[in-house]
Amino acid sequence: MTDMQHESEIFRGTTTGKTAFKDTRSVRGTPKAGMPAFVLGEELAALAKSDPRIVVATADLASANRTNDFRDAFPDRFFNFGIAEKNMITAAAGMAACGMIPYVATFASFSAILGAEQIRTDCAYPKMPVRVVGTHSGMSMGFYGTSHHALEDLGMLRCMADLTVVCATDANHLRGVLRASVDHPGAMYIRLGRGRDPEVYGTVPEITFGKAIRLREGTDLTMIATGSQVRAALDAAEALAGEGIQARVVDMHTIKPLDRDEIVAAASETGAIMTVEEHNVTGGLGSAVGEVLLDLPRLPFLKHGVPDCYVEVGPPAALYAKYRLDAAGVAATAREFFTGRG
Amino acid sequence: MSDRGNVSLAVLEDRAKFIRTETVRLTKIAGAGHYSSTFSCAEILAALYYAQLRIEPAQPDWPDRDRFVMSKGHVAIGLYPVLADLGYFDPSELDTYTRLGSKYGDHPDMKKVRGLDFSAGSLGHGLSVGVGMALAGRATSRDYRTYVLLGDGELSEGQIWEAVISAGHFGLQNLVAIIDRNGLSIDGHTEDVMKIEPVHERFASFGWDVQRIDGHDLPSLLEAFRNLPGGGTGRPQAIVCDTIKGRGVKRMEMSLDWHVGNLVGEDYDDVMAELDAGLKPYEPELAE
Repeated sequence: MTDMQHESEIFRGTTTGKTAFKDTRSVRGTPKAGMPAFVLGEELAALAKSDPRIVVATADLASANRTNDFRDAFPDRFFNFGIAEKNMITAAAGMAACGMIPYVATFASFSAILGAEQIRTDCAYPKMPVRVVGTHSGMSMGFYGTSHHALEDLGMLRCMADLTVVCATDANHLRGVLRASVDHPGAMYIRLGRGRDPEVYGTVPEITFGKAIRLREGTDLTMIATGSQVRAALDAAEALAGEGIQARVVDMHTIKPLDRDEIVAAASETGAIMTVEEHNVTGGLGSAVGEVLLDLPRLPFLKHGVPDCYVEVGPPAALYAKYRLDAAGVAATAREFFTGRG
Repeated sequence: MSDRGNVSLAVLEDRAKFIRTETVRLTKIAGAGHYSSTFSCAEILAALYYAQLRIEPAQPDWPDRDRFVMSKGHVAIGLYPVLADLGYFDPSELDTYTRLGSKYGDHPDMKKVRGLDFSAGSLGHGLSVGVGMALAGRATSRDYRTYVLLGDGELSEGQIWEAVISAGHFGLQNLVAIIDRNGLSIDGHTEDVMKIEPVHERFASFGWDVQRIDGHDLPSLLEAFRNLPGGGTGRPQAIVCDTIKGRGVKRMEMSLDWHVGNLVGEDYDDVMAELDAGLKPYEPELAE
């Protein structure tokens, strides 16, 4: 799939004049084998079959985030709030106060950034089990521009007490996150990519929030990645292995609470750490890991992400290449980091 | 509350007085408090809690209880004494009000205050909370009502109107917004700071049924509650209560100086005596 195809799919239906589809994948015919799908609504519907507490809401983006799969299965437990994210998030807290477990989904730029105060004051502070889902995070909205990018959400939300902050890696990982989230106490922010992220997990992993997943062993350095950058880090590690550099790769899916033990192990066992994230280098995964490293003996450490700026517009793949967040860019950055260290 | 519905006007008047005197007493502990916006809704709170809400203080988590959301969270000082009086917690706990480690701060915390259905403080959020509670009631086929007490100043918040639109759209007949239309926000008259009239027409235009009453007149409040339809899908309900900010203490009535204040010495004693004597007719010519 090209980026341009992807961009037209963000607002499915606009190219055909239709407003909604039973199954948008059929618009482009049968999906290619192995092509990941946006499983959010489908997985929530599966969970809701045995759990009447689960309700879902969106803000006029049911087709873009596939919560329409849930709507079709449970129309009485689905609420479209229109373009009113603050009301949606706070109303979800009201539902949670009455025993429901609401999943509310919209673009991360609007769920996390526009709704930040509602997440803090109405969800995290009163410990309401609201799951705020931010889709199309980072710069995956490409040429739609800064208003639709979310490169600050992790930094904004991880300083809120009693809020679990999780990044889903791919479709199977998202399924695992959703399954583990149902009975998790308190409020949660679940950060997703574009919904068709390249596969990392061949099967649904068992997720424990706050426990990272070590995906590749290595002795020379550790790449701690999250979300969309896990695949890029794995591919980069593969390339580096051909050059004799053995990189450990860790999927740090939970940004808060952070898996401190895994970071300490990476520091002591590989001696160098590079974080990789589709987020501003200020405030996100790199900053969180750096806070842990402050307590440890000094070691080579690099935060790799988007520099502290508003990124250019462009197709997502072009942006990932420009900001060195594709596999080649991550590999090049890691190579420089490894060979340049003293 | 087995005697609910049969409570006398005299009892309700006395409980409104109790809300005011407790507000003055607790403010003295804190050294500062929201007198006047609590006084404006004392009759509303008394009528709701002692005559209208379907609640069981012995079971604060009863799933079928009516919900009450105090959107104007700075009036918690008037709500805490009511909850204690009804038996949700020991009234002696009120003596810790706002002191280090107390459960009872200026804005209420549902994780600490027994009987409180939701936290509050950031104005403009409460009606959205109520929308969610009303939707949950429908989704779980429970027939409770959700009441939200709104200030008039917070009607400038955009989120209020997101909630107003959605309540009309979802047809939340089990949702009741009570607007304490006391005319003042911190910086002045609402119509000078940010115009909200005609507030009843604004709600009606979004598909709400609206009653507009004298919010200090207990028979009018009880009648407005009696006029509420049953639950189910229909039109959300608004009760616009015209009130007087600071009602009950002459120096505070419609004054901009008493949104937050602290009475000390003789002033404290004078105000307590004034409140104890009961409400006198409002004399607007004396207001600032």
